[in-house]
Amino acid sequence: MDDLKDVILEYVIAEYADEDDKVTFDTPLISGGLVDSFSMVSLKRFLEMKYKITIPDAEATPEAFDSVNKIVELVRRFIS
Amino acid sequence: MSNIGSYEERIENFDWSISEEELGYKEGDVINIGWYCSDRICAQGKGDRPALLWENSTGEEKSYTYDDLRVCSNGIGAFLRSLGLKEGDRICLFMDRIPELYIGLLGILKIGAIAQPLFSAFGDESLFVRLENAGTSAVITQRKHASKLHKILDRLPDLKHIIIVDYDETRPLKEKEVAFSMDARRQDQLEIFPTRAESPSLLHYTSGTTGMPKGVQHVHYSLISQYLTAKWVLDITEDDIYWCTADPGWVTGTSYGIIAPWALGVTQVVLDSGFSAENWYRFIQKYRVTVWYSAPTAIRSLMKAGEEIVKQFDLSCLRHLVSVGEPLNAEAVTWSEKVFGLPFLDSYWQTETGSIMITNFPGMKIKPGSMGKTFPGIVGTVVDPQTYEPLQEPGRIGLIAFRPGWPAMMRTYWKNEETYQGKFKNGWYMPGDRARIDPQGYFWFIGRDDDVINTAGHLVSPFEVESVLLEHPAVAESAVVSKPDEINMEVVKAFVTLKPGFAVSEELELEIMNFIRKKLSSLAMPQEIEYVDSLPKTRSGKIMRRLLHAKEWGEEIGDTSTLEND
Repeated sequence: MDDLKDVILEYVIAEYADEDDKVTFDTPLISGGLVDSFSMVSLKRFLEMKYKITIPDAEATPEAFDSVNKIVELVRRFIS
Repeated sequence: MSNIGSYEERIENFDWSISEEELGYKEGDVINIGWYCSDRICAQGKGDRPALLWENSTGEEKSYTYDDLRVCSNGIGAFLRSLGLKEGDRICLFMDRIPELYIGLLGILKIGAIAQPLFSAFGDESLFVRLENAGTSAVITQRKHASKLHKILDRLPDLKHIIIVDYDETRPLKEKEVAFSMDARRQDQLEIFPTRAESPSLLHYTSGTTGMPKGVQHVHYSLISQYLTAKWVLDITEDDIYWCTADPGWVTGTSYGIIAPWALGVTQVVLDSGFSAENWYRFIQKYRVTVWYSAPTAIRSLMKAGEEIVKQFDLSCLRHLVSVGEPLNAEAVTWSEKVFGLPFLDSYWQTETGSIMITNFPGMKIKPGSMGKTFPGIVGTVVDPQTYEPLQEPGRIGLIAFRPGWPAMMRTYWKNEETYQGKFKNGWYMPGDRARIDPQGYFWFIGRDDDVINTAGHLVSPFEVESVLLEHPAVAESAVVSKPDEINMEVVKAFVTLKPGFAVSEELELEIMNFIRKKLSSLAMPQEIEYVDSLPKTRSGKIMRRLLHAKEWGEEIGDTSTLEND
């Protein structure tokens, strides 16, 4: 659980970032154009698989996925 | 009063010479879009007028006047020539929505080369098939996107140069890379190549049901349609602040995101950023956008974000809203009227038509959910799918058909004349869509006439996705269809059979999704993968996508007499 932030950041960098993108915990992912609404589906799928949770579509909003910190917040709600 | 005035009078008295006269063009003259969009406006004494106000996701801002467009595009043209590039060469623009993309297109056109804009989110395989087909000589790109090119470089013998627009010396240039700084290479004079009406200008790739993407070839004379449709449909005047939200990787982003607004001398704004309702409203408020050309997917996403957020912004600057890309549902029209005090007006056209064909015009009675009426000078109807004769009875569903000959119509598919000729039936150009016409002459969209998937206004070829799926080591067979989606209208769904030794798992599903996303694009990534034991096939072994499509859309399956194992 402690490494949740790092795991998600690492996944986002590996899967969605280009060579020169500098991604931090607060980097805007959706509004910044790094992850689009189509790619968000695969990111959601990863989170559900990795943490054995189900994120309802209504909760999987561009705002909730807009940074690693926000995603962590969302995932923690469902884990608990 | 709108620019078009009375639609009925325009229909009665229409001739494309209206546009030619306004642009000062006569048959046989030199016509170069790059010159019309920059030098001509400067020659009218409007060089100091802002042409581009640009902002990105980090809040960085840039602005360019028409004189900046002129000298920057001159500099790009001169630089391309210094590399040995010339008229007729295909030069690809593969960038985010940065100023170099917009102004670069003018520079390419000024030397008579053919601009090939490609969506920067394309994966390496999508990129390869388009560059290989076009025999592209050079790609103008950003450092972060160059890595995709290096993966496929050894398969692209025609590609001579990768022009990096954001080189900063922190990393050495790689094979075939050359650095270029647009702002440092401004040039007052450039000998503009004397392109004529039929000289090729752009190559836009579009997806079909079968085969690889097709390069839609346009010519410099397309300006005649693009200028006048923007003036009469988008109702652009010189005092407007215009925002076209489309990426120039797609045709809307070039026809109405570069060529038309700059030929009209208007100030346009560009937001190089991902979607967020708050950010979009803030942008409109900040730049006092007056004319907004967007897409149904974006409008439905704004609807989803709710009405409360709209109240946080002063959007009273907006005066005219138009939509394109997919059918605009009636709810979206009535919602925008309620929230913005203005309806979004639907417009219909496609990559091949090059300019708006059917639309709801300013001042016309709007029927929410309808596509509107044909643009003056465009002869359009719906025809019988068997005989290709026009359907006389109002309300009958048929195939949309246009009489060829408007200025912006494609001239061919690149190296694929046979497929191009196949688009004409009984003297009509067939865009591949079904519709009906009501007694008042309004068109109503029904759907595609083929298997092509329209997701968020972008066409995805099921064949292309299926081909790449088969490259995945676990996939034995695949069939790709659309499935309904509340926001994007349609999304991609894949049915897959696995090779022996591979088991169904969530991990594998995610792996396949990401495989497609990286090879093709996020648009082409299946939003759902369904594992099946076998796919429905005809007795001759052809996969019957139709049955899978019907299942997804809850439609009648229809004739299954040719189904194997029926």
